[in-house]
This record gives sequence, C-alpha cells and structure tokens, in this order.
Amino acid sequence: MDHGPATEWKEDAKTSKIKSKIGIWMFLGYTVVYAIFIIFNVASPKLMGLDIGMVNLAIVFGFGLIVLALVMAVIYNALCGWAEEKALKLEKLRVHKDRMEHKDYQEHKEHGEV
Amino acid sequence: MKYDPSVWAIIIFISFVALVLYISWYFAKRTKTAEGYFAAGGKIHWSINGIAFAGDYLSAASFLGIAGMIAIAGYDGFLYSIGYLAGWVVALFVVAEPIKRLGKFTFADALDAKFNSRGIKLTAAISTLVVSLFYLIPQMVGAGTLVTPLLGMPHWVGVLIVGTVVIIIVATAGMASTTYVQFIKGGLLLIFSLALVITLFSRGFSTAPDQGGNIEYHQFTTIPITVIGENIEVTDKSYAVSEQWTADNKGKTLVFAELSKDSVKSIWKLDAEKNILEETLYVTTLPDGKKLYNGGTIDEAKFYQVGNLLDIEGKAPAKTKTLDPLTFFGVIKNSTVLLWSKQAIKDNDRTLTIYYQNPVKGAEVLKPGRIYKLDSAIGGTLKDRLDFISLMLALFLGTAALPHILIRYYTVASPIAARKSTIVAIAAIGLFYVLTLYMGLGAMTGGVVDLTNDNMSAPLLARSFGVIFFAIISAVAFATVLGTVSGLIVASSGAVAHDIMDKYMGKKMTDRKKVAAGKIAAVAVGVIAMVLGILFKNMNVSYLVGWAFSIAASANLPAILMILFWKKTTAKGVIASISVGLISALTLILLSQKTFNEVYNLPNVVAPVQINNPAIFSVPLSFLVLIIVSLFTRPKTSGTDAIPATKIPKIEGKPAEENR
Repeated sequence: MDHGPATEWKEDAKTSKIKSKIGIWMFLGYTVVYAIFIIFNVASPKLMGLDIGMVNLAIVFGFGLIVLALVMAVIYNALCGWAEEKALKLEKLRVHKDRMEHKDYQEHKEHGEV
Repeated sequence: MKYDPSVWAIIIFISFVALVLYISWYFAKRTKTAEGYFAAGGKIHWSINGIAFAGDYLSAASFLGIAGMIAIAGYDGFLYSIGYLAGWVVALFVVAEPIKRLGKFTFADALDAKFNSRGIKLTAAISTLVVSLFYLIPQMVGAGTLVTPLLGMPHWVGVLIVGTVVIIIVATAGMASTTYVQFIKGGLLLIFSLALVITLFSRGFSTAPDQGGNIEYHQFTTIPITVIGENIEVTDKSYAVSEQWTADNKGKTLVFAELSKDSVKSIWKLDAEKNILEETLYVTTLPDGKKLYNGGTIDEAKFYQVGNLLDIEGKAPAKTKTLDPLTFFGVIKNSTVLLWSKQAIKDNDRTLTIYYQNPVKGAEVLKPGRIYKLDSAIGGTLKDRLDFISLMLALFLGTAALPHILIRYYTVASPIAARKSTIVAIAAIGLFYVLTLYMGLGAMTGGVVDLTNDNMSAPLLARSFGVIFFAIISAVAFATVLGTVSGLIVASSGAVAHDIMDKYMGKKMTDRKKVAAGKIAAVAVGVIAMVLGILFKNMNVSYLVGWAFSIAASANLPAILMILFWKKTTAKGVIASISVGLISALTLILLSQKTFNEVYNLPNVVAPVQINNPAIFSVPLSFLVLIIVSLFTRPKTSGTDAIPATKIPKIEGKPAEENR
C-alpha cells in the first residue's frame, strides 16, 4: 500500500487554496486602505495637513501604510502557518491511521483471519 | 559644487570591491549547473534571501533619488517610498508562493508552466529585457555620477568600474554570488542609514547649520531697492544693475537682476512687496558647454550648499537639543523652511539656471503638493491628479512584476521559504523607507543640499558628520548600484539563455552549455549597459525607474494574476496581454510631455500625450485584452485549457513542515 506523494498532492493543493484565499482577502484589504490614501490626496489634499499631535495626517497615513504592510504580512504568515499545521496534523493522523489499519491487516493475516 | 575625493572613500570602496570579487571567486568553484547559476541551486536560506531582496530592490533610485527628492520637495518624495513598499504587499499576498511553485529559473517559466507556449516564452523574455534595460540605464548613469565626486574620476570610469565588477560577479557564479553581494549591501544600507538618522537626531536643528562646525553656513543677504517703472535701482550705489530679466513661472512673473560690484557679478531676485533684492545661486552654461557656478569655475567653490530652517518655532537664531522621531517632525512643522526654486533663462548665447529662495511653512513640506499639484487652489489640474494616481498605481502593481525581483523566489527551497523571505524583505525595506523621510528632511534643513545634484543629498548629509561616515555611505551607495545591477543582469541573462535560446529557439542545451550561454549573455548585457550608461551621461534618467515600474505593471502583472486566478486564461490571451501592455506603456511614455522635454530636448513642443505615467491606461488595457482574447481563443472541448490555478506541482513529495 502506497501512502506517497499522490495523496500529499491533494492535501497540499487544498492548503494552497486556503492560503491563496487568505492572500487575496488580505491583498484586497490593503488595497482598500492604499486606495483611501490616494483618494484623500486627490480629493482633499488639505486634509493631509491635518494636525495629529506633533505630526500630521500625511505622515501618520504614510508611516501607517508601511507599518500596516508589515503587520498584515506577519498575520498572513501566522494564518498560512496555521493552515499548514492543520494540514500537516491531518496528514500525520491519516498516515498514522493507515499504518494502524495496515498493521491490523498484517496481524489478521498472520492469524489467518484474512 | 566641487567635492574633494576622500582617501577613506577610496579605501572603503576598494575593500568592498575586493570582498565582492572574493565572494564571486568562492562561489564560482561551486556553480556548475544551470540551477546553480540561475537560481543559486535553490539553497539560499529565507532570511538571507529576504535581506538580499532588500539589496536587490533598494536601488540608487531609492537611496539617492528619494532622499534627494525629499530634500528638495519634502513629503512628495516620500510618496515614492510608500508606493515602492506597498508593492511588496502584492508580491507577498498574491505572487510569492505561486511563482515559486510554478517557475524554475525565470518568470517566463511561471507564466508558461500551464501552457508550454513558445509565444509566451518569447514575449515574456522581451518584456524582461525591456524592463531590465529601463532599470539598468539609471543605475549605470548613477554609478558614473557617484564616481566623479567621490573618487575624483571621470564619469565613464565609474560606469566602467561598476560594469566590469558586475560582469565578474554575474559571469562567475551567477545568482549565488549576486545573492550574497545583495545580502551584504542590503545589510550595510540598513545599518548605516539607521546610524545616520540616529546621529541626525542627536545633533538637532539649527537656523545656521554648520555641519558640525566644519563649514560655516552662508547667510544669504538682501539689498534694498527702488523700482522706477520697470527698472530696478539699487539704493547702495556701489552696485550697478547690468542686466534685468523677467520670466513666467506657471503664470507668476519673476524678475531677476544681474548686479556688478567691483567687477564681480551676481544675480538677485526681486521681492516687489518688500522692495528688496534677494541673493540667488546660479549656474551659467556657456556656448561651448562649460559651466560656471555663481560666476566662477567649479574649483573656485563659489556655489554654496543650502537648506536650513529660517526660524525654529518662531525664534531666530535658534538651535534645538537632541530630537526624537516625533519631535523631529514637530519642530519642522512649527518652523519656517528655506527651500529653493529653479528658473531657467536664456540670455543671448548663455543659459542661466537660477536657484532662488522660497521660504515655506514647515507644515507645508510635511504634506503633499510641492511636486504633485493635487490641490486646485495651487493650480492642480485633472491631468496632475491622473498623473499622481497613475504613478501610485504603477508603484503598487509594478514591484510584483519586476523580473529581477521575481527570479529571487527561485533561490529558496520552497514556497513557504519564499513567503518568509518576502516578510523579511517587507520589514527591511519598510524600515529603510521610513528612514528616507528623516534623511531627506535632515538634508533639507541641515545646510548640505547641492542644488545642482540633489541625488547627493544623503551622502552629503553623512559628510556633515565626518569624512569616515561619508566614505562609508559613499561605499554603500556604490554597493547599492552593484547589487541592483547584478540582479538585473542575472534576470536579462536568464531571459536570453534560458527563455529565448533554450526554450524558444529549442536549442536543447545541456546544463553546461546553458550556464556558458548565460555567462556570455551576462557579459553582452553588461557591455550594453556600460555603453548606454556612458551615452546617457547628460540625460536626467532618474524617472526611467518609475517608467520601468509602469512597463512591468502593464506587461507582466495582468498575465501573472490572470494565470493564477482566472481559469479561462489562454496562451494567446497571455501573449496578447504582454504585447499590448508593453507596447501601450512604451508608446505612451515615448509620446509623453516629459519625454519630449527631457529626452528629446523639445521643451516648447506640445507632446501628443500629456500624462507622464502610463499605468492608469496601459494596465487596465492589458487586463482587458487578456480577457477578450482568452474568451475568443478558448478551446472548444472543455477541460483542455482549464487547468485549475491551484493545481500545483508537489514540493518534492514532502509535507509542508519539512519545506520550511
């Protein structure tokens, strides 16, 4: 009985699909924030000069976009890692189950029950 | 202005080149296979690859160009930092893992993984070469521009040095040596940029920045006058008005006067409200091409470094104590910054470029508006807004479509490593881009700006902290050029040897022959880059990088995204999309007003295309063409073309954990 790559392919494709969905949603989320930044600049340039403590909205938004990219990148990595771990656990469980079944089969065979 | 070559700069530069050559020699012995040459054997650790990404991506345009633009125009230069960094989000969330899964050596591999189409291979290779060329020229010109002031050598020597070193790096060990050169460069750039900003905070601001006591700040003077009719008369009779010019600057009339005193000439700008003349700085271009700086030769050093706060929070003269990242902005916001504007005047057979004082409130330089006129109250038009949106779109979508960035995904072992290396890259590049705002504003207010070469703002800011610092930052600037040019040449070499010769022409080369072809291609592209770097010497080419992003975003990104996420995409759709994106972006660029003004040198001719950044038209067009052509060329039998986008080659048959 072969527990090799063919089955792993299926699992990996499923995980890839989940990760791909996470990526697209996060990409869309960031794109919305980036688009708001552009719209603010174009539609209301004066707003970018709005005082926020020692800085202004332009600097907060600009630095914010850079920091947001990093924060979202870390979250994305964690979510992907979670999806991969889950897939890996399921895979280990399946392999373990298959081995057990195989072992039972062998034992039954040895006892002449098959 | 004149720069004295620094012995330390030469020593540090030579040491760096020696280190780079040693790395190339070391890896050359280990690079025998095509995978080793084009993808460093796929064995680079993700953390090293992440910093190498930063080394590859942070080109001279980022380090020298953005800091210089901020030093001259304030926040508008920082918009490039934001756009360049935002592009990495597209790379991480959408492109990184699939590209690694689908490709082998070049991004054409990934595009073609599903179709095995010669047309895709050829168009993707041509697109790679065009984008890389647009990127290479400013890097090579930048190398020449740097070598003149720093090492005291002619421009062509700089181009030749960088070209030769890069050819050695790439032709010996390809991607392996390139990766480690980029890793070292990326690391050095981050460390010394951070050090520069920390020393900037510790120095604080002064209304008379004296570069740490080394160079006294030139206090610009004014002269009282009376204006009779259209003629200027100077109250101090030791001055005589020898010439007077008026110039139109976007509807605003500017008046300049040339004064003589003791046979020494100087140019002044009229402030009609205050009835004074303000001192200017000017460059005279003579009929034979020679240039005079404030009336003297470059060796006479009459042209001053500028940039300071006229008052600090309403007080002058004044000085601050040590600053922190927030008070740095707070002080600028509540002070007045002395910026400089430029006006060209044609006077008989000489051309005058006059730089005149333009004091603005600090709050104004900390928000957009000095380059991109988005506010209609200051003359912003629809065209200006479209140009701005187009630029931000190109920067956002261009990064994930740059061939020399995409090939770095093949140097790591797995898609997971590709993802992790992108996160390291975002952290490193994000930190650097935050620092660019401090470096640029520090130069703007630190009395270090050379108005004739704003690209030198960051190195000159470093020089104000001592010659060693200057030497290190200059060597890092050289390394910046070396790292990026190496990546571009590897990408071009792969396009020629792997995509065109091996795959498109079907030469069926052995691994050994493919490596040899790659090396020959690297030498050829390197030589072409050197020739172009020398030919384009006098051209303002910094905007070519922005155009490379537009072309990449138009030609490559629609194809990459649609192949990954639209099952109905066909090979003909991809070919049409790349071709139309490439041709439309190039055509719009070549017919734009900026190209007419700065490349063809036709400033008085109205160009057919008024917008300067094509992405807003060419990117949607490329998507549209791909969709239409794909729908019309779908195979009649369902299923033959509709390979699911998620069907992905297995990762060496290992579970995910083992591929990290």
